[in-house]
Amino acid sequence: MDLSLQIGSLRLKNPLIAASGCFGYGVEYAEVVDLAALGAIVSKGLFLNAREGHPAPRIVETPSGMLNAIGLQGIGAQRFIDEKMPELRRRGATVIVNVCGTTIDEYVEVSRMLADTDGVGAIELNISCPNIKEGGIQFGCSLNGTFDVVSAVRKVTRIPVIPKLTPNVTDVASFARAAEEAGADAVSLVNTFLAMVIDVETRKPKISNGVGGLSGPAIRPIAVRMVHECRQMVKIPVIGMGGIADARDALEFIIAGANAVQVGTANFVDPFIWTKLLDGLRDYGERHAIGRLSDLVGTVDYP
Amino acid sequence: MPIDVAARVIANRPLSSDYNVLALAAPAIAAIAAPGQFVMLRAGAGRDPLLRRPFSIFEILRDADGSAIGLTILSKRIGPSTSLLYDAREGQRIDCLGPLGRPFTIVDPPAHGWMVAGGVGLAPFAVLAQSLRARGVASTLFYGARRAAELFYLDFFRDLGVELVLTTEDGSAGETGRVVAPLERRLAALAPSAAVLVYACGPEGMLAATARTAMSYRRPCEVSVERIMGCGLGGCYSCVVPMRGDDGAVHHVRSCLAGPVLKADQISWD
Repeated sequence: MDLSLQIGSLRLKNPLIAASGCFGYGVEYAEVVDLAALGAIVSKGLFLNAREGHPAPRIVETPSGMLNAIGLQGIGAQRFIDEKMPELRRRGATVIVNVCGTTIDEYVEVSRMLADTDGVGAIELNISCPNIKEGGIQFGCSLNGTFDVVSAVRKVTRIPVIPKLTPNVTDVASFARAAEEAGADAVSLVNTFLAMVIDVETRKPKISNGVGGLSGPAIRPIAVRMVHECRQMVKIPVIGMGGIADARDALEFIIAGANAVQVGTANFVDPFIWTKLLDGLRDYGERHAIGRLSDLVGTVDYP
Repeated sequence: MPIDVAARVIANRPLSSDYNVLALAAPAIAAIAAPGQFVMLRAGAGRDPLLRRPFSIFEILRDADGSAIGLTILSKRIGPSTSLLYDAREGQRIDCLGPLGRPFTIVDPPAHGWMVAGGVGLAPFAVLAQSLRARGVASTLFYGARRAAELFYLDFFRDLGVELVLTTEDGSAGETGRVVAPLERRLAALAPSAAVLVYACGPEGMLAATARTAMSYRRPCEVSVERIMGCGLGGCYSCVVPMRGDDGAVHHVRSCLAGPVLKADQISWD
């Protein structure tokens, strides 16, 4: 089965992408995973400057999932370019950078820096992090904000621009449409669901930020539904994610309408998951006599 | 490079109604593990519980020829994953990823090795005690628990020639109170010319008290920190510890990569 796909000018050899915030800067996994074998890796979120994020505890496990509020700890765009990109280039990784900002100017500036960096294949715009007070989700929860950020970044780069959408809105497909109208090459969804876990003995939240983002298999059916809604609303590629833990989960997203998928939480559980996912996709293609993965996208068969 | 194996449970020995020692067949991991390193264990086979849990490598198991055949972990039952590990049966498979993290510094004689353990914080010290003995380092274990019934493996340490200094909160064994009290007296009595490295593992308050005490006597101290950890490989940024950098500022450092063994004087204990 031909697993390759195209997102704007970026060619992916397969649809399996390591999700932002779940794969460090990629280099952390270079010893356990052949980075070049992945469709792409998405960097941890990058602001203009370094950030320390929230104090621990930053995660708590939930039924079939986990809650996180890391707070976008990160080294900033310039250090990423200087310290991480050389190794990612050397290892042949297809790199998508996750760009954050507290203002549109910051999104534009960080995007410009990274788009000019050799080896950066696309920009994922983080307009959906639920865990920081300013920036990100304030744009992702407003149709005008989404349109404005995407069009501003669109103007300063020719590499693909992929806004990452939040599920914490009433109608996520309308945000996909706003992104498409602003010139996005694809959309990725879903980021995490805003959620809370409380220790009943102490009556304190179990993570330092109080609330955090829910991920993992628990959210998968909601994410599949949202990907399907976006597929019906836009023509650009949709990158689906939310709780994928095996090849069947990935196929569910693809059949719902995803052209590619991202895997996050499951990579924490099994860093060797990628070859299993790839084998599972190939096996499915053989059993169902599917020549190209793209033939499967959005083929959900209603009764 | 860490290795992931579906490790067979060789034995599961309950030490109390909460504590158990789980022996896993993981020869490739055991063969390269160093004292203070950890493994990520996945207690269940399904998606709930989902995440792996970090455990210090407690012992390295060897066959008659001395070849590593497996490792043990010391676990305290506090949630769903540790309950599954408490109930694990011989022959069952448990995903085991390791060895991970930075180990303890092993001193050479005439320096002394002083281990300070609180409760389940005993976890990294069995294998450390073996390494210290192999180098001929005189070692002491300061070991505190709630009550006598929660002081484990005493004969193991005695057999290695480790001096034991015990404390319990209820006075049922050793000195009554916290383990830092006898540590402080011994530090105060130590000749300035004598070298010692203090190793500590245990609850956060006990770790901070141990670190401050060691630092107040200008003695080096390495602590093995325990943080809620998502992946063990540096991917998730969950397990951070505030540490003072070369620039003087406090930064969040991933304890899975920089630790779990960290130098006490570099941690921001406030």
